[in-house]
Amino acid sequence: MSDGAEYRIETDAADGSDDNAGRLVLSGPYLVSTVGRTERELRKLDADISAVDLSEVDHIDTVGAWVACQIAARHDAEITGASEQAQRLLGAVETAGNEAEIRPERHPVWERVPEHVGDLMRQLFFGIIGVIGFLGQILVAAGAIIRHPSRFRAKAFVRQLELVGVSALPIVGLMSFLIGIVIAQQGAAQLQQFGAESLTVNLVGRITLRELGVLMTAIMVAGRSGSAFAAQIGTMKLTEEIDAMRTIGISPIEALVIPRILASTFMMVLLGFYASIMAIIGGAVVADVSLGIPFLTFLERVKDVVPTYDLWVGLIKAPVFGLIVGMAGCYNGMQVQGDSEQVGRRTTQAVVSAIFMVIVLDAFFAVFFTEIGWG
Amino acid sequence: MARDPETGEIARFDREFPIEVDGLVNRFGDQTVHDNLTLHVRQGEILGVVGGSGTGKSVLMRSIIGLQRPAEGNIDVFGHSITDAEPDEEIGVRSRWGVLFQGGALFSTLTVGENVQVPLKQFYPDIDRSLLADIARYKVLLSGLPEEAVNKYPAELSGGMKKRAGLARALALDPELLFLDEPTAGLDPIGAARFDQLTKELKETLGLTVFLITHDLDTLYEICDRVAVLADKQVIAVGTIPELLATDHPWIQEYFNGPRGRAAQASQAREERRAATSRSRSMDKRP
Repeated sequence: MSDGAEYRIETDAADGSDDNAGRLVLSGPYLVSTVGRTERELRKLDADISAVDLSEVDHIDTVGAWVACQIAARHDAEITGASEQAQRLLGAVETAGNEAEIRPERHPVWERVPEHVGDLMRQLFFGIIGVIGFLGQILVAAGAIIRHPSRFRAKAFVRQLELVGVSALPIVGLMSFLIGIVIAQQGAAQLQQFGAESLTVNLVGRITLRELGVLMTAIMVAGRSGSAFAAQIGTMKLTEEIDAMRTIGISPIEALVIPRILASTFMMVLLGFYASIMAIIGGAVVADVSLGIPFLTFLERVKDVVPTYDLWVGLIKAPVFGLIVGMAGCYNGMQVQGDSEQVGRRTTQAVVSAIFMVIVLDAFFAVFFTEIGWG
Repeated sequence: MARDPETGEIARFDREFPIEVDGLVNRFGDQTVHDNLTLHVRQGEILGVVGGSGTGKSVLMRSIIGLQRPAEGNIDVFGHSITDAEPDEEIGVRSRWGVLFQGGALFSTLTVGENVQVPLKQFYPDIDRSLLADIARYKVLLSGLPEEAVNKYPAELSGGMKKRAGLARALALDPELLFLDEPTAGLDPIGAARFDQLTKELKETLGLTVFLITHDLDTLYEICDRVAVLADKQVIAVGTIPELLATDHPWIQEYFNGPRGRAAQASQAREERRAATSRSRSMDKRP
């Protein structure tokens, strides 16, 4: 005898009855570990069966009992020969029968795709409304703080200044320094072909002050601080800390969001400027080493060839980018509800949407500043 | 004692019902949680709120403390309408209640002592720093935590200690109204019994009104003056446990007369017998 679940059909032709309904005799162990293959065959079984005989089953568990029950129900047969244990299990599974699917029903693909698209559109719509609402909340809270300056959380603000700004100095500095090196090195290689390697100064000075210093800093701050805002606030939502604040009468917008957004706006200006300077230093180092332009001469030349408005272009963009990064982080954090998976999703979204918005706005700024003559 | 926010005079509002919920309707999407729910909580009682999972006990609490905007209906707390106010609007009731959330909801960046000080600082910014520290220490002790817990961070506390710390914060302002969301869930039996005792003592000494969500039958028998039963999207019955037992709603019968309910009843009866004997013994000792 094999160790799998077996079955056979016995037709009792001897009693001479007209119907050739047989007895289904199950034998062997009917357990969750053994019943799989047999169950598939039993499901397809097409014979007339008047009884299911369990007397040769040596072990049975709830799955085996379920299978026996199902086949008996399908063929309208009765179950015979069940041991005492089998009886108990049969009784247990009989009451549990239902037709409910364990997952929601899957619609066909031509229904699912439009449904999903519609759902995304709805989310987009409510997302836009949500952002506008959030902006309104911030303005109301800012108005309240202006009217009652004592409600401004100076301590939280200073703490965020440290987290967003001071602790970002090494990484932003190193990144900008390296970018300055790359631009100078690659730029010089191309410009040398025209014998214009001295223009490397213009290249490095202008592109870092105008564009890259602020842009790269915004991306770095979005990754460092925007994500932290979303994760912190999101976790606080999950642990009901935000609710607890509300019941005490503390507005989470005033206590959490405003200090963070202000800190990222303010620090972005300083970090952006710092990043530009570090990049220029990086460029100067390369120029000194491989182009033979002395370090200090490089810096002197930067002063001559970079127009002041390039600095202004960078410094005007910086707070706007900081605001976007801070708002994206805080907004997504406040949107968390339900489970911890949401914290991860919202954190990702905070970073992605912040970087995307920053780059889109940067393109607008580029066109705008060129149009007003700050080319 | 609380100050009336308008007149500034100290007044204890002796209204009969500090919480009045009328015709409350709460919906999430197309799922209705509460349908025309009405509940009045009496001054100075411990009201236990029970109901199966998903019957909206926590949603009811969140509605009363203004965290959940109901679709319809009105909720008055101390005669101030919660439902008409904006979510963060100050309407003069937040200093008069304390809320203990299920997980404690302590501010994770602050120590226990600082957590207790948060509501004090928020409502009474002119309290001196040293008095703040004294109050925080006192409240922490009051809630049954050891004194050294004051300077610990929430992450360093066990689940039960977090709940006690949350209670200390909820009691920081000497509230008239205390909301407890499953305070004894997840506590060991001894800790749970102590927490019950603490709640009862607080109610008796401070005259608190307590809105208590619980699944703990011992808590219901031990300390609740009345019990409100949530089922079928409404409060189907409010009353003392004997009154509830007299109703014939199947859920109530199953709840209180199930094996756990009977065990709690029996232990309650034992308690009372013991109390009665000790009383009579002390009577005997009289000269």
